[in-house]
Amino acid sequence: MTTSTMKTPAKSPYWAGVRDGAPFILMAVPFATLFGVIATDAGLTLAQTMGFTILVIAGAAQFAAVQLMVENASIAFVLLAALAVNLRMAMYSASLVPYLGSAPLWKRACIAYLNFDQTYITSVARYEARPEMTVSDRVAYFFGVATPITPFWFGMTLVGILAGQAIPEAWALDFIMPIMFLAMVAPMLKSLAHVAAAAMSVGVALVLNGLPAGTGLLIAAGAAMLTGALVEVWMERRRT
Amino acid sequence: MTYSDAEIWTIIVIMGIGTFVIRFSFLGLIGDRPMPAFVLRLLRYTPVAVLPGMVAPLVLWPGAAGGQTDPVRLLAAGATVLIGALTRNVLWAITGGIVTFYSLAGLTALL
Repeated sequence: MTTSTMKTPAKSPYWAGVRDGAPFILMAVPFATLFGVIATDAGLTLAQTMGFTILVIAGAAQFAAVQLMVENASIAFVLLAALAVNLRMAMYSASLVPYLGSAPLWKRACIAYLNFDQTYITSVARYEARPEMTVSDRVAYFFGVATPITPFWFGMTLVGILAGQAIPEAWALDFIMPIMFLAMVAPMLKSLAHVAAAAMSVGVALVLNGLPAGTGLLIAAGAAMLTGALVEVWMERRRT
Repeated sequence: MTYSDAEIWTIIVIMGIGTFVIRFSFLGLIGDRPMPAFVLRLLRYTPVAVLPGMVAPLVLWPGAAGGQTDPVRLLAAGATVLIGALTRNVLWAITGGIVTFYSLAGLTALL
């Protein structure tokens, strides 16, 4: 770091990351608060809810797990469905290898822990735009992006837990979770393949709704992933 | 929810470990070896494959409404998807969905 760091903090890769991560506070605050409220409403204790948020640190999967727990699905199904929601992060992990693969193992482990949608998308965009970045600059940038988001994610979950204990039953919080999932999915429907996958998922899940909780969903998800991949292949063939 | 404390902690800890393993997988363990293209294609669709199937029965047959189809929930779900698809913004979609849900619920309570 040079003496100019104080004047133009954005020049250090870490502070550039902090600056680029800061807008996501707006997203972390409502999501984390809602998770605290909903997990408490579902019957989890303060320690369990905080354990979820700190150990798993992945919004959609946390909501998915709590939803299936409310439905009293078997433990194996809760785990399978919630981890399936996180499988996209295997892609994130794979796509970071060319940029961060040669960083020390402990740093890669920390990045893996903090590798959620916002940190990943922001960091990869920066790495692509600036190929001259060194590996240690890239690591610093990644940690910078995570710095403003993570404390708010943990802290606002706690606020949500405390608020959740005070919210009466009549507020019909049960429907907040479906709205959140729909809100997360709708912007992802950006190609015919995505729409086809979502439609297959809905159709199969509704038809198999009578099966034990979680079973129909797993079959629906498998069929939907295959549908998405096949439609994508078909669209590429048509284009060429 | 009918799980014991031990079962709930089992879910939390295994989910924590599992999620970390997924995130660490290529970066830490598998390294730079390329994945088969079709596996990458399948993985790309996991969020849109899992979440809609989970939500669909909750929208059509909500437990809180006694499993009966509830027009208020249907309309709120429709508004959420529409706003999300048009704005491509998760926060707007949530806000729109929640506002629709509670204003319609308030309206039906008054009528």
